[in-house]
Amino acid sequence: MIGYVLLGLIALSALSYVLGRRRAIAAVQGREPELHSRPTYHGAFVAAWVGIPSILLVLVWLVFQGTVIDTLLLWSLPPGTTDGLDEGQVDLLLSEIRSVAAGNVFGEPSLVVQAAAERYQAWQTIARYAMVATAFSVALLGLLFASRRINPQFRARHGAERILTGLMIACSLIAILTTLGIVLSLLFEALRFFDRVSPLEFFFGLNWEPQIPIREGQVTGGGSFGAIPVFAGTLLISLIAMLVAIPIGLFAAIYLTEYAHAKVRATIKPVLELLAGIPTVVYGFFAVLTVAPALREFGETIGVPIAPNSALAAGAVMGVMIIPFISSLSDDAIAAVPRAMRDGSYAMGATRGETITKVLLPAALPGIMGGILLAVSRAIGETMIVVMAAGIIASLTANPLEPVTTVTVQIVTLLIGDVEFDNPKTLAAFALGLVLFVVTLALNVLALHIVRKYREQYE
Amino acid sequence: MSDAQTINRQPRAANWASDAARRRVRRRYAADRRLQAYGIIAIALAVGLLGILVTSLVSTGFPAFVQTKVDLAIYVDPSKVDPKDPANGNFRALVREALAPFVPEGATDKQKIDVTKILTSDAPYIVRDYVVDHPDTVGKTVTLPIAVSDPYDQLQKGVIPKEVDALSWSQVRYFERLQTRGVVAEEGGRTSLKLEVYVDPARIEAGPPPSGDFAAVARDSLQAYLPDVHDTALFAMLADDAPDALANRVAEDPSLIGKTAQVIFPVAKPFAQLANGESPKVLNPRFTSTQIEAFDTMVAKGVVHMPFNWELFFNADSRFPERAGLAGAVTGSFYALLVCFLLSFPIGIAAAIYLEEFAPKNRLTDLIEVNINNLAAVPSVVFGLLGLAVFLGYFGLPRSAPLVGGMVLSLMTLPTIIIATRAALKAVPPSIREAALGIGASKHQVILHHVLPLAMPGILTGTIIGMAQALGETAPLLLIGMNAFIPSVESMGILEPATSLPTQIYSWADSPERGFVSRTSAAILVLLGFLVVMNIVAITLRQMFERKW
Repeated sequence: MIGYVLLGLIALSALSYVLGRRRAIAAVQGREPELHSRPTYHGAFVAAWVGIPSILLVLVWLVFQGTVIDTLLLWSLPPGTTDGLDEGQVDLLLSEIRSVAAGNVFGEPSLVVQAAAERYQAWQTIARYAMVATAFSVALLGLLFASRRINPQFRARHGAERILTGLMIACSLIAILTTLGIVLSLLFEALRFFDRVSPLEFFFGLNWEPQIPIREGQVTGGGSFGAIPVFAGTLLISLIAMLVAIPIGLFAAIYLTEYAHAKVRATIKPVLELLAGIPTVVYGFFAVLTVAPALREFGETIGVPIAPNSALAAGAVMGVMIIPFISSLSDDAIAAVPRAMRDGSYAMGATRGETITKVLLPAALPGIMGGILLAVSRAIGETMIVVMAAGIIASLTANPLEPVTTVTVQIVTLLIGDVEFDNPKTLAAFALGLVLFVVTLALNVLALHIVRKYREQYE
Repeated sequence: MSDAQTINRQPRAANWASDAARRRVRRRYAADRRLQAYGIIAIALAVGLLGILVTSLVSTGFPAFVQTKVDLAIYVDPSKVDPKDPANGNFRALVREALAPFVPEGATDKQKIDVTKILTSDAPYIVRDYVVDHPDTVGKTVTLPIAVSDPYDQLQKGVIPKEVDALSWSQVRYFERLQTRGVVAEEGGRTSLKLEVYVDPARIEAGPPPSGDFAAVARDSLQAYLPDVHDTALFAMLADDAPDALANRVAEDPSLIGKTAQVIFPVAKPFAQLANGESPKVLNPRFTSTQIEAFDTMVAKGVVHMPFNWELFFNADSRFPERAGLAGAVTGSFYALLVCFLLSFPIGIAAAIYLEEFAPKNRLTDLIEVNINNLAAVPSVVFGLLGLAVFLGYFGLPRSAPLVGGMVLSLMTLPTIIIATRAALKAVPPSIREAALGIGASKHQVILHHVLPLAMPGILTGTIIGMAQALGETAPLLLIGMNAFIPSVESMGILEPATSLPTQIYSWADSPERGFVSRTSAAILVLLGFLVVMNIVAITLRQMFERKW
C-alpha cells in the first residue's frame, strides 16, 4: 500500500518533469534560446515541487500515524478503563486491541476491547485514505504552484539548484541525525533502566544475573545488574587481544617500513590487510572450530584444564583480527617521521636497528599510541568473535583460561529473540550500549587528538 | 692554533681494531639482525594464522559441496497415491517399500522403519514434490536421487567412523591399575576379577535362595580397590552376570554372610578383549546394526553416490543439515544490500558533494565532519541498538525485515561512501573546474556535468568496498532479528522476515548437528567468495578508469 503510494508519487513527479519541460517550450513557441533557463531546469523545478513535499508528508505521516491513533484510541475508551494501569499495562491493552483488530483473537476479548478494535480498524482505513488524499493533493498543489511560475523570464535553473543544495544539506545532516539518534535512544532507554536499577548498583555491583525472570512489581527483588564482572571480562579479553596484536603488528610494521624490499612490502601489506577484510563472524567460527579445541588439547597435554570458551581463545583470535589495524597505523606513523631524522641517525653511524629503536620509534610514538588506542576501541566494540567464542555467564576472574563475558556479548544475548521495551533485562542492554558508545567515542577522540597533535610537530 | 693542540692532546684515540671494539660492533649488528628476525617472525605469524584460518575453513567446508545420495527406485503405487489428488498420497509408505530390497531378510517392522532413517527425514516430501510435478508417474517406477541423513553423509565422507572405541581412556586406565594389582585373572575360560567381598548381612539375606542387591555389593567391592575413582564408568567393568557369581557363591555357602570372601566376577566383554591385547570397538551409537547392514547393501549395489551439492545454493534453510541451503540467506542479504545501496549511494554522494564543494567553513560543517569521522568508528552493535530502538521501537517497522536491515547497514556504510567520494572529488584537478566555470557554467553545472562523472570510478570503488563491509556485518542484523528461520524462498520480500548470509553462518555455527559444521564452513566460503568478487570488481574498476592528471 505505502509502496504503491510512494511509487505513484514518484511517477507523478516524473510526469510533471515532462509537463514542465513542455510548458516551458510552449511558453516561447519552441524558440528555446528565448528561455532564461533550459527546459530541463523548468521540468526539474516542477518535478521537485511535486515530489519532495508530498513524499516528505507521507514519511512524516507514517511516523506519527501510529502514535496519533493510539492516543485517540485511549481517549475513546470508556472513562475509567485505564484507571490504575501503569504504562506497561496500557501498552498491553493497546496491543490486545491491535491484535483483535488484525483478526488474531485468542480467547474471548471483552466488549470494550472489541468496540475499540472496530474503531481502530475504521480509523486505520480513514487514516490510510486521508494520507493518500492529502499526499496527492499536496503533489497537485505543488504542480499548480510550480507550473504557474513557468515563463520565459523565470530563473528555473536557480530554483532547481537551490532545491538541490537544500537536498544536499539535508543529506549531510543525516550524519548528525544518526549520532543524535544513537545518543538519544541509548540515553532514553538507559535512563528508563536507571529508574528501575540504581546507577550505583550498575556501575559498582559485583553480581550480573540479568536472565532471572522478573515478575511485575518485583523489580527490586529479583535479578542483579552489577556490571563490574562484565566490564572486567571485556577488559581481560581486550588485554589478551592487544598482547597478541601489538607485538605482531608493531614488529611487522617495523620490518615492512625499514627492512623489507619494496617488492616484499608490496605483496605482504595487502595480505595483512586481508585480515581486516574478513567478516568478524568468520573469525568467531574460526575461534570455535580451530583455536579453542587446539588450546584445549594443548592444555590437556600439559595438564592444565582450559575451558572451551576461555577468554584466551576469544582474545587471541580478536588479536589476529586487530593485527592489520596496528600494523598499518604504525606503518603510517613510522613512514611520517621526517627523512632528515633517519639520515641524521645513519650519518652518526647507527645501525638500522639502532635508528629504529632510538630515533624512529620515539618520534613515531604518539602516532603508534593513537593507533593502539583506536585498536583498543575496536577490540572493546567487537561483537561476533566474543558472542561465538566467549562465555555468557559473568564471572569476576582474571584467569584467561576461564570463560568470561563482555559488554557486547551481554547486549546481544539480552536482545536476541523477542524484546519488550519495559523489561529491565532489555533496558540493561541499552545501558551497556551507552557505556560502550561513550568509552569507544572517548578512545577515538583521544586517539585522533594525539595523532593530530603529533602531526603538527613536524609540519 | 690552540684549538688544534687541544685536539692533538686527546688522551687516547679510539682503537677501532681492538677486540673490545669489534665485540661491540658485532653486538650492535646482532641486535640489528635480531630486530629484523622479530619482524620476519611477526609477519610469518600473521600470514601463517591467515593460512591456518583459510585452510581450516576450506578443509572443513569442502565436504559440504558434495552430498551423499541414494538412487532410489520408487514404485508410485496407485493404491497409495491417488492420481487425481497426488499431494495427499502416503509417500512415507512408498519410501519404505522402495527401501525393501536393502533391508536385511527377516527384519521386523520396527527395523524397517529404522532403515528409513538412513534417508533424510524430508524423503517423503521430495517424492511428493516430484510426483505432484509429474502426475503421469503414478503407477510407474521412478528413480530419484535422495539425500541420506546427516550421520550417513558424514560416514560416507569419512568424517565420522563406523566403529568407535568401546572404552574411554579412563576406563582403560582403571583396568590397567587392577591388572597391576594382580586382580585380573583367567578363570573358567573367562577373564575375571578376583575381588575380596564383604557380604554385608544388611543387604543380603541367606534365603534360600539368597536375595538382595548383589549388584550393589559387587560394585562396592570393586570400588574398594580404587577408592580414589569417583566415576560410574568404572562399574561397566563387571559383566552383566557378575552379580549372579556372587549370588551363586552365597547360595553354595550361606555362612559367608557377614564375612569377607574372595569372589570371582566375570568382566564385561570389551574389558576381556582389552585383557587379550585387542582394542575393543563398538558400533558408533549414531548408527544401528540394521541400518549399517542396509547401507552396506546400498553401497554394494552401487546406488550410493556423491554428486555436487546444488541444494546448498538452491535450497532455503532446514533443520536437517543434508537439506539446508543458502538460498534464503543470499536472498535476504541481497534485499538488505539493495536497500542499503539505494539509500546510502545517493545520500552519501549528495552529502560528500556538499561538504567538499559547497560547504562554508563554519561550526555546522565542522560538526558534520566530526560526526562522520566518529560514526565510522562507532561499534557496529551500537547501530543495531539504534535500529532496534528507533526503527523497530519508535517507527514500528516490521522486525526481521530486510528493509530495516538495509537501513541500519546504510547508516554504517554512509561514512565510508562519503569519505571515498570526497577523496575522489578532490582528485579531479582544478583545471577542469576552472575551464567549465570559464565558459559560463554555474557551480552546480560544473560539478554535475564535469567533476562528478570524472570522480565516478573512485566513488563506485568506495561504494563497492562499503557494500562488501555491509555484506559481512552480523551484529546489527542479529539485534533487529534478521536471523529468522526461512524454510522457503517464495515467502521472502522486503518487509517479510528474512535472514542474511552472516546471520545464517551464526545460526548454523550454533546448531548441534555434525553436518552443520561443514555447512557453516561452506557458507563462509560462499560469503568470502562474494567478498572476493566484490573487491576484485572494485580494484578492476579503479585500474580501468584511474586517470593520472
